[in-house]
This record gives sequence, C-alpha cells and structure tokens, in this order.
Amino acid sequence: MAEVMERVTKVIVDRLGVDESEVKPEASFRDDLGADSLDVVELVMEFEDEFDMEISDEDAENIKTVGDAVNYIESKK
Amino acid sequence: MSISLKDKTFVVMGVANKRSIAWGIARSLDAAGANLIFTYAGERFEKPVRDLVETLEGNHELILPCDVTSDEDVEKCFRTIGEQAGKIDGLAHCIAFAKTEELKGDFSETSRDGFLVAQNISAYSLTVIAKYAKPLMTEGGSIVTLTYIGGERVMPNYNVMGVAKASLEMSVRYLAHDLGRQNIRVNAISAGPIRTLSAKGVGDFNTILKEIEEKAPLHRNTTPEEVGDTAAFLFSNMSRGITGEVIHVDSGYHIL
Repeated sequence: MAEVMERVTKVIVDRLGVDESEVKPEASFRDDLGADSLDVVELVMEFEDEFDMEISDEDAENIKTVGDAVNYIESKK
Repeated sequence: MSISLKDKTFVVMGVANKRSIAWGIARSLDAAGANLIFTYAGERFEKPVRDLVETLEGNHELILPCDVTSDEDVEKCFRTIGEQAGKIDGLAHCIAFAKTEELKGDFSETSRDGFLVAQNISAYSLTVIAKYAKPLMTEGGSIVTLTYIGGERVMPNYNVMGVAKASLEMSVRYLAHDLGRQNIRVNAISAGPIRTLSAKGVGDFNTILKEIEEKAPLHRNTTPEEVGDTAAFLFSNMSRGITGEVIHVDSGYHIL
C-alpha cells in the first residue's frame, strides 16, 4: 500500500505541479489539486504507464480522489 | 538514409502533451534540423508546450496561441509568423475536437451543435489555416494533416469525428488542387490509433488498440515516431511529386 501511494504521489506531483504535502488520500483531483478534465485523463494515462495496467473508461470515471486511485491500483495487482 | 530539413521552417499546430502525434512530428522535424514554430490551442496548453519545446535539440523560440475557431485569430497568428520568421516551408495541422459524449453510443444521436463543432475545429480549420499560411510559402511548401480510417469507413464510437475526417480528407484534395499552382502540396497521414489525450476521449479505446495488435499486417500499434518520420518525408523534397494523397501509417490495418 505504502509503495503504491508513494508512486501515485510522485505521478501527481510531476503532473499537476502540486506540493507533496497536498497529496492526501482524501484529496480530490478536481476540487483540491486544481486538475481540469484533461489533467484527470492525463493522470489516468500516467497511472496506466506507471503500473503497466489498463484502466477502463468506466473505472476511470470513478477515480476522483488520490485514495480512489491507490485503492483501484491495489485491487488490480 | 535520413532526411535533412536544415534551413527549412515549419509550423507545428496542435501539440497538447508528450503523447501528441504533433509532438512525434516535432521531434522528427527537429532531428532533421528544421526550424520549428509552434501554435497551441489556448492558455491551458502554453506551459506544457513551452516545457516540451525546451527539450528539443534546436532553439525554437516562436510559440504562439492560435484559436482555429476564429478567423481573426488565425490571421493574426500567421501575420506574426510572417513578421518574425519571414517565409515558411510548410505546416503540420494536428487539430481535432469533438465532444466526448458524441464519441460513444449511436451516431444517430449526434447533436447539431456537436456535429458543427467537430466539422469546424477538425475539418474547416485546415482550409482557413491554408488561406492565411499560403502567402508565407513563397518558395512552395507542404501542408500535412492527420486523419484516421474512421473517416473512410465505420469504426466503433468514432461517430461524428469520422464524418469530420471524411470532410478533412476531401478538403485535402480540393486544397491540393488550388495550391498546386504555387507548388504547395497538401497531404494527410492516416495514422493507426495512438494513445493520445484525444484518443482517450473515444469510447473503449483500449479495445481498438488490441484489435490492431491482433489483426494488422505488422501486428503492432503505430507509434508517434512512425507518423513523425512520414511527416518528415512529406515535408522533404523526396516527396515532391506527392499531393492530394492520404498515406496510411497504420501497420497496414487499412487493407483489411
């Protein structure tokens, strides 16, 4: 879990240019981390690359917070 | 044998991020020694484009906004390019847009507005850009745009964008006919599906990629580098006899 959170955090910090301290499990990409709709699509693509996985459109729609992303990735491992 | 585009100047329109096909084209042209000018769609894309351009070999300083839905904006953009760069040798038009909700489900549900938006940004933009870029191509030139097989036949979920690409491909032919007198060539590259930001808007895109790997003659997906190198060829003197053409860079999928 810690390892996934660490890698997810790094992707988010690189992509959105936010401070690491802001990347908490409950943080919403759109509301708390300043992402627009294209940023969210880019993030999903970065997660797919980082974890060598496919995230379907339906699943991607449900990934709204940092915690959602971490849980989803964990569940697919 | 590699292509040299040294001392040539090209405008690359439509880089959104590192995955963009436009970016693949920019890298191929940069590697061939060309001078590049970039245009981006709106403020949101300025920083990402500037950051990417920094990573290229050449020193490409002219990076401008260009809203292709506005005639005034396109005119102003190419006026600035003319003032700053003088002549240009060609441009890569890598611009398309449709509403995400129109890229899944039934085509028969397409809205009038959604239809017109897709035509405006994805097809008409080539014509208005050609109009204002033409005076800058004083020594002839090459215009390259991007299309997809969904403009020739029905591909799942491509819907309104397929109709826009059909319109774009026919625009290529009419423009090639007009501009040929000034030795300006106009061609399209029909790229296989590539995992770009835009492609992700097409419903069930990952399934489309799998189908190519399974069925296309080359059994692999198309890369932005493959498209970039074909664009470099179309911008070079080696392709001087080719205009009004749609070249498929798609691992051969179009023959099936």
